[in-house]
Amino acid sequence: MHKIWVSAIKEYKLLSRDLGGIAILFLMPLVLLLVITLIQDSSFKAVNSVKIPILFVDNDQGEVAASIKEGLSSSDAFTIVKEQNTETAKAKVFNGDYQLAIVIPATLSQSLATKVNDNVERMLAAFGLEEETSLVSKVEKIQPIQVTLFFDPATQGSFKNQVKSGVDKMISKIETQTIYKAFQEQLGEEDQLFETEPFITFKEVTPTDGEAELIPNSAQHNVPAWALFAIFFIIVPLSINMVKEKNQGTFVRLRTQPISYATVLGGKTIVYLAVCLIQFALMLIVGIFIFPLLGLPVLDVSDKLPMLFLVAFFAGLAAIGLGLLLGTVAKTQEQAAPFGATFVVILAALGGVWVPVFIMPKLMQQLSKISPMNWGLEGFYDVFLRNASVLQVLPEISLLFLFFLVTLLISILYNEKKHAV
Amino acid sequence: MISINQLSKKYKDAENYSVKNLSLEINKNEIFGLLGPNGAGKTTLISMLSSLIKPTSGSFSIDGLSYKEHKNKLKNTIGIVPQEYALYPTMTAYENLWYFGSMYGLKGASLKQDILNQLTILGLESFAHKKIHTFSGGMKRRVNLIASILHKPKVLFLDEPTVGVDVQSKNVIIQHLEKLNKNGTTIIYTSHHLNEAESFCDRVAIIDQGEIVIKGTPAELISNQDNANNLEEVFLQLTGKALRDHA
Repeated sequence: MHKIWVSAIKEYKLLSRDLGGIAILFLMPLVLLLVITLIQDSSFKAVNSVKIPILFVDNDQGEVAASIKEGLSSSDAFTIVKEQNTETAKAKVFNGDYQLAIVIPATLSQSLATKVNDNVERMLAAFGLEEETSLVSKVEKIQPIQVTLFFDPATQGSFKNQVKSGVDKMISKIETQTIYKAFQEQLGEEDQLFETEPFITFKEVTPTDGEAELIPNSAQHNVPAWALFAIFFIIVPLSINMVKEKNQGTFVRLRTQPISYATVLGGKTIVYLAVCLIQFALMLIVGIFIFPLLGLPVLDVSDKLPMLFLVAFFAGLAAIGLGLLLGTVAKTQEQAAPFGATFVVILAALGGVWVPVFIMPKLMQQLSKISPMNWGLEGFYDVFLRNASVLQVLPEISLLFLFFLVTLLISILYNEKKHAV
Repeated sequence: MISINQLSKKYKDAENYSVKNLSLEINKNEIFGLLGPNGAGKTTLISMLSSLIKPTSGSFSIDGLSYKEHKNKLKNTIGIVPQEYALYPTMTAYENLWYFGSMYGLKGASLKQDILNQLTILGLESFAHKKIHTFSGGMKRRVNLIASILHKPKVLFLDEPTVGVDVQSKNVIIQHLEKLNKNGTTIIYTSHHLNEAESFCDRVAIIDQGEIVIKGTPAELISNQDNANNLEEVFLQLTGKALRDHA
């Protein structure tokens, strides 16, 4: 035990004198967390509060175009910029000046009104309330009409779908209102006969803690994900530290001394685990105190700290196990650093840090189950968003601990095989 | 003290043996020099004796301990001064020595005192708390030596301990090694400095292509070789003048 403790002191001294290493370990993850959260938060706001300018070409000049324009204006998502010419609007969007142009075709209002009236007349005629004179021939003349949307090629698919769905919903509502209005006119009623407001609405039910509703905010989604990403990034400095020891010759000296490889790794594990936990604490501090100063949602950790650190402890062990294995196998820093960094990004992608696991292809979903970052992320989400107990996160932390033991064992066996005497 | 029996080493993918069926007896309290051109097998032999690499065949024992059965005991019996400095550049001389001493199981006030004594003997007492990366090559060599002798090994292996150092540092190192030898440490050392070996070693063996070409006291080797006035001339006559560059 004395040797492990002395090894840990040595690791601490080496680390504390490497300012670049400390910056990578502590500052970069904080910068990463802030940048990612600010970007994600602003993109969230982009569809909720920040207004996007869009071109609106009104070739209709009728009631329907006015309703669509009013609907878009009142959605708080868009600022309407009028454009007279369709080709000009198209050019501006395709040049990237605007993300979107909506072109309302000529006679939209008139065509819709004609079609709805014809349909209503046909229906009333079927009930014997209207004469069936020349209805069929009138309907045949009305062709389907298209609202054209031009998108900047750089616009993301999710934004396109959101706009298309919104415009579609608006047009459906206008159609419905027009149908009701036509019925009312045909029936000769002056007072509003039909209720046109949606009958079916949605209600989102979230978990509750007592009477308080647990509504996760973007900080509670981002901090665990990026904290985990930072924790796993420790494999880069850790593996570089080990490769340096090999190159300096100090590792050769250690091999001539009466200590086991496990002792050497034990010292590193203690120090780098402490680093992981400090990293995590700093990230929580940023989430709690810095986020609100930047207009980001505050990170709520009330009553969750012990559980959060429990998950961070085991996630840290898993990351260190991986770092020890990489440091054992790698021969040069050129092998360790790029591989370590790329591998962490792959693990993060597989683990659901970049995109949620449920939207991945089936194969990727299966693979995500073997990513230690996924176990850690699920553990954090259990604590942050589901108020989980120790028992509930036991599967995740057990997997993380098992991963640490397996990687540590492989490191020791690999080293013994390589240097067997 | 050291008994080597038919020891061989052939590296993976290598065409030839680095050490081939080498047998040698080194007596207790002896200073034994392993001399040879580059690639002769000196470092490979020392690496096998210090448990760094596995022999392909053969066996050896040190102080009666077979390497196969008493690996850990052997590590406490021997000290190795490697060719590289093998020190942490950002740690001070004292911190390096405290760490490597602790890895031998040494601790407390006695370790601290031993470190300070050794630093004083080798003229480094005022640099104890300076970082290694600020040291000259000669100073690093001296710290490198101390790191290998803090646990008072019975056998000390030195792989080119005076390479790249100034005359003063070399003199201090050699004097200290002679003192250690007088106190009972058996020394096995490799060097390209043949004049140094001639005066320092009790016996030497000249190795070439993994095999011992000749062994004996420096005086015996010189007197037995025609037209040789010193060890360097013996060496050149036995190993030739062709360059031994290898990669």
